[in-house]
Amino acid sequence: MYDVVIIGAGITGTVLARDLSAYHLKIAVVEKENDIADGATMANSAIVHTGYDPKPGTMKAKMNVLGARLYPKLCEDLSLHVKTVGAFIAACGEEEEKHLDILAQRADEREIPYRFLSGDEARKEEENLSDGVTKVLDFYTTTVIYPWEAANACMEVAMKNGADLYLNSEVTGIEKNEYGYIIHTVKDDLITRTVVNAAGVCADRIAAMIMGDPGFEIQARRGEYYVLDQDAQPVKHIIFPVPSPVKGKGVLAVPTVYGNTLIGPNSDFIDDPLDNGTSFDGLAYVRQNISKTLKNIPLNRSIRTFAGVRPTCSKHDFIIEEAEGFPGFINAAGIESPGLASAPGISRYIIDELLSKRLILKEDPEAVLTREAPVVLSELSTEERNEMIRKNPAYGKIVCRCEQISEGEIIDCIHRVCGARSVKGVKKRVRPGMGRCQGGFCEPLVVNILARELGISPLEVVLDSEASRILESENRK
Amino acid sequence: METRELICVTCPMGCRITVEMEEGKVLSVSGNSCPRGEAYARQECIQPMRILTSTVRIENGIHRVLPVITEKEIPLEKMEAAMAEVREVTVNAPVEVNDVILEDIAGTGVNLIASRSMQKI
Amino acid sequence: MKHYQAIVIGGGSAGLSAAVTLKKNGIEDIVVLEKDCEPGGILEQCIHNGFGLQTFKEQLSGPAYAERYVKMAQELNVEIKLNTMVTELHKDRTVRYVSSAEGDVTISADAVILAVGCYERARGAINITGTRPAGIYTAGQAQRYLNIEGYMVGKKVFILGSGDIGLIMARRMTLEGAKVYGVAEIMPYSNGLPRNIRQCLEDFDIPLYLSHTVTKTFGKDRLEKIELMQVDEKMNPIPGTEQYFDVDTLLLSVGLIPENHLAEDAGIIMDPAIRGPKVDDTYMTSAEGIFACGNGLHVHDLVDFVSLQAARAAEGAAKYLKEHKDRGRAVAVKPGENVGYTVPTCVHPQDACANVEFFFRVRKPMDEAVLEIRSGDQVLRTMKKRKLMPSEMERAVLTAKEIASLKEEVIIAVKEAA
Repeated sequence: MYDVVIIGAGITGTVLARDLSAYHLKIAVVEKENDIADGATMANSAIVHTGYDPKPGTMKAKMNVLGARLYPKLCEDLSLHVKTVGAFIAACGEEEEKHLDILAQRADEREIPYRFLSGDEARKEEENLSDGVTKVLDFYTTTVIYPWEAANACMEVAMKNGADLYLNSEVTGIEKNEYGYIIHTVKDDLITRTVVNAAGVCADRIAAMIMGDPGFEIQARRGEYYVLDQDAQPVKHIIFPVPSPVKGKGVLAVPTVYGNTLIGPNSDFIDDPLDNGTSFDGLAYVRQNISKTLKNIPLNRSIRTFAGVRPTCSKHDFIIEEAEGFPGFINAAGIESPGLASAPGISRYIIDELLSKRLILKEDPEAVLTREAPVVLSELSTEERNEMIRKNPAYGKIVCRCEQISEGEIIDCIHRVCGARSVKGVKKRVRPGMGRCQGGFCEPLVVNILARELGISPLEVVLDSEASRILESENRK
Repeated sequence: METRELICVTCPMGCRITVEMEEGKVLSVSGNSCPRGEAYARQECIQPMRILTSTVRIENGIHRVLPVITEKEIPLEKMEAAMAEVREVTVNAPVEVNDVILEDIAGTGVNLIASRSMQKI
Repeated sequence: MKHYQAIVIGGGSAGLSAAVTLKKNGIEDIVVLEKDCEPGGILEQCIHNGFGLQTFKEQLSGPAYAERYVKMAQELNVEIKLNTMVTELHKDRTVRYVSSAEGDVTISADAVILAVGCYERARGAINITGTRPAGIYTAGQAQRYLNIEGYMVGKKVFILGSGDIGLIMARRMTLEGAKVYGVAEIMPYSNGLPRNIRQCLEDFDIPLYLSHTVTKTFGKDRLEKIELMQVDEKMNPIPGTEQYFDVDTLLLSVGLIPENHLAEDAGIIMDPAIRGPKVDDTYMTSAEGIFACGNGLHVHDLVDFVSLQAARAAEGAAKYLKEHKDRGRAVAVKPGENVGYTVPTCVHPQDACANVEFFFRVRKPMDEAVLEIRSGDQVLRTMKKRKLMPSEMERAVLTAKEIASLKEEVIIAVKEAA
């Protein structure tokens, strides 16, 4: 019997699990995929928006501002990679400049620092800014993080504090009973006092399982991106066009924590919420639209394209509330952008305003909410590296030449709490395969390491989902 | 008279060879850069011959499989029969390059040999 | 810090040849740094034959070819550090590496030879849309799984790109019982050696789709289907030409790129046409005492040429180590009409001590053409050429005497016969 079952191990669910694990509560997170952070959290712009954009009075605005304020502490507690890059909102012409003023006004109200730059001033700092840009609003405190690392660190902390994680456990039905709810999954049935529906693009379907008509619909919106090689760093700041009410934040350029640059996304409604495939038209849209704000973007240095599916709510706002008539059943739905930035805020709000009314929240003095970062060889000094390699020679065996990741780091990420179970799981945690060769050299090595460490045959090693086997058969018995 | 255009596979040069034939007999060969090209072209028109390269299972080696190669070309039509024999072979490390792995593969009179040495682990 | 006369980075076909040549030229105090557990590099997985015709006058498999060089290196007492990954190179010829045995170590040398090889262009560098399930591999990755690890990656296969590794894998997987549905090439001509089209595709009735490309992949867990489309002259897919193949495996053989992050990080000047360092006639890069060769310099189609070129680079390094002299002004060598690139990209007329061989590739297939090497108004060489293909590297030589008399930049051009 659980106190809280969280449906969905994305950033919303994992941050909430971590924050809840501070209390004397029995917590479970159920996830339909084979790893945490496999939906919208896996494929987004990786930005902690400061909160200037959402319309006043919305849940989005409230959560974004709160979340962004909580991030520095979260990053420190969990030893997360974070980089302050600043965000340029680039206006082309008078019409768009007017919108900058609206954003600046919102920023004033929300106490978010900014400065204005003329087009020429901005071009001095950002040489590839297009000549059509006339004015820039710079939110210079904006940071980028590594969303998988954040979700992973949160889940790890939660699990160390006793939370359970059920992977490959798609929810098939929810029943109300005298104690609370029974969550039926394809594997186990879980009994719980309260439920948090953080199921991303599936949140409406989860809500409908208990509410019938939940009163909102989730539409899946696909955003496609190019990832540029670390050597090609066309921007130093995040570059936004002036946001449009129709197409969201528009096509951006984002310098990531690890030096790659993201170019995207487009924004297209799609029928199948689980279809994260890229499209010809979508990528063409990205290519065309990035040129609005930037020139000389070396898309020929793309090492990967990907698509993320974001849950857009028919009510055009985050829905974070208890379902009417279902005490203790809380929806956290429609968490599209700025969902990553909002996650710590959403978590706090759910705990302080919603769950506190249904559960006794007693802090657990033994709970540890911080996390020691895994060893990252490339971030150590020579002396530290040598010390690590002396203790464990596996740290001296470099597996991924592009990102310089050692076998020891890969082994660590498999054996850590909430460890990797797939090639992609390893990639999300320690990054082999993220470089320009995209795993061409290291994937076979990672497959062998996973097989050895998990005690399975290489034939059983999967790319991502349980059914995504990489090798078909032994060629010689 | 029949004319056949061939690409020589004897070496990576890939010469384009023209063969003139009549009633199954080769009348002339042109376009080759070396005598081996002519020999190839004549043979190709009667019975195509190819080198087979593959792997066999190896026990106690640094890898699971050992690369192998036929000492000489074998008839293309014998490839499948040869592969059936290759699949059944298991050798033990250590192996030296050019060690005979299988004699007279698929009745071709050609030996299958190791194409590298592999130490025992 | 340990100091050597020369450090060779990479123990594959280029590195081994360079090391052997250094020793033969009296450079004794050398070390080869190799990331893998054995020397030989990518040759170890290239188990097909066709290697060595130039170098050994016989046809060897990749591993057998590598073994010849390993034996030569052993006989000459070349020190090879295995399981050793070079993480940094600097212009002052310090080299940092990591290994389990030694840890994080920095060494230096009077000369460094980069013999780092190349990597395969991945899916992200080309325009394939759709899902990203298991079942999509670079051809070399599938080759490693099959020939080194001993695993088949799939049974129903489509191959994008007519590069040689893809063609070789088409045959290899067919012989192992897979069904290869076809090979698509976006260009109107093949990018592989003609003999591989013959013996890898035609022998097994595998269709080659020229001017076609894979536009989309389907499948959530494992690849289920691909979409193939014809392309127009600008390589854009033509609507209405969609064809679908139910395959579980897609191999990408869409190009090789010199692995150049060490050189780039060291601030060595790169040639965008080859994506490797610019080198002079001794294969010295823009950084004094640092040389480059093999597929890490520019991608070759035959390993024999890799070995030969690496030997030249080693001779260049040996000359540099012995003479240490100013070689005088440099004259640029540039690609002209229909030529994509040339290697080397400059020569030194005041120190023209040997004939210089230039490697180049044409930009498009030509049946009848004339190679022309000119310098200013002077035409140094014209040569009739037949059947030129971008996939086949061409070579041309200027004599030491010709180089000594050069005043203006050299243009290597190929003029199509009318």
